[in-house]
Amino acid sequence: MDALLIEYLPILVFIGIAAGLTIAMVGASYLIARQAPDSEKLSPFECGFAPFSDARAQFDVRFYLVAILFIIFDLEVAFLFPWAVAFKDIGTFGFWSMMLFLGILTVGFVYEWKKGALEWE
Amino acid sequence: MIHALAFYVFAAVTVVSAFMVISARNPVHSVLYLILAFFNSAALFLLMGAEFIAMILVIVYVGAVAVLFLFVVMMLDINIAELRQGFLKYLPIGAAVGIALFAEILLALGAWSVSPVAAGSLRAKVSDVPNTEALGRLIYTDYMFLFQAAGMVLLIAMIGAIVLTLRTRPGVRRQKIAAQIGRRREEAVVLVKTRVGEGVSS
Repeated sequence: MDALLIEYLPILVFIGIAAGLTIAMVGASYLIARQAPDSEKLSPFECGFAPFSDARAQFDVRFYLVAILFIIFDLEVAFLFPWAVAFKDIGTFGFWSMMLFLGILTVGFVYEWKKGALEWE
Repeated sequence: MIHALAFYVFAAVTVVSAFMVISARNPVHSVLYLILAFFNSAALFLLMGAEFIAMILVIVYVGAVAVLFLFVVMMLDINIAELRQGFLKYLPIGAAVGIALFAEILLALGAWSVSPVAAGSLRAKVSDVPNTEALGRLIYTDYMFLFQAAGMVLLIAMIGAIVLTLRTRPGVRRQKIAAQIGRRREEAVVLVKTRVGEGVSS
């Protein structure tokens, strides 16, 4: 097998363990425990109450803005990974190339900071 | 052996979860199946030796894009029963469009000719350099212009998102840290001498 894939073998083992463990736990509780389904068991009682409306309500677009800004900086970090790995080979030009890229994004960062997009009222 | 087994498991889970994305009743479940499909395709990329694309798939698609999809699904306020109402009415035209598209794909794939050397050169290993490093050697020097263009695109996306969605609300009370720290004793505290039995009034 490939040397690269050997390095990822522990992850595969972990996935196998996690899948086996979850299936064992859920399956065992399903098979061993006594099942007596009743609609009253699922209904709210005492302190609970039936929900007033659907959970799918519209909410503030500001959450969405935070997510978009997160994606942009996430992509910036994604560009940083190969740069850091190949840092020795790309020399001064590669270094300043990345600095220019970061500078462009810093302009955007300053803009959003000044606009108050990062503030939560 | 393990390689082939892993491939079939991941590929099967990818196909099944991709099918569940379009067939799940609850759109939130669709997005969760989409995340599962992303994870499994990352594993498939890894099996092909493309470790950088696999990690980007996990970081960007699972970490960020799926969250955006969730937000959109939450915001859409979808009524599933209403969506399914016209299903049978529009089934013939939908099926016609689907069959036409499928036929076009079949025609395109049928006319596709693969060079006999292509399969060999796809499988050939370029070098012993891991592909994250190989990409790093190219992006920042040889393809510097495209790299900077990507930076500009990200900048425009950032500014566009802020311009479109940012609203400042009037009359919001914020904590003013500078004002809090800049407060002095004389402004805040008054010492009053009181006589016994008279109380304080100011």
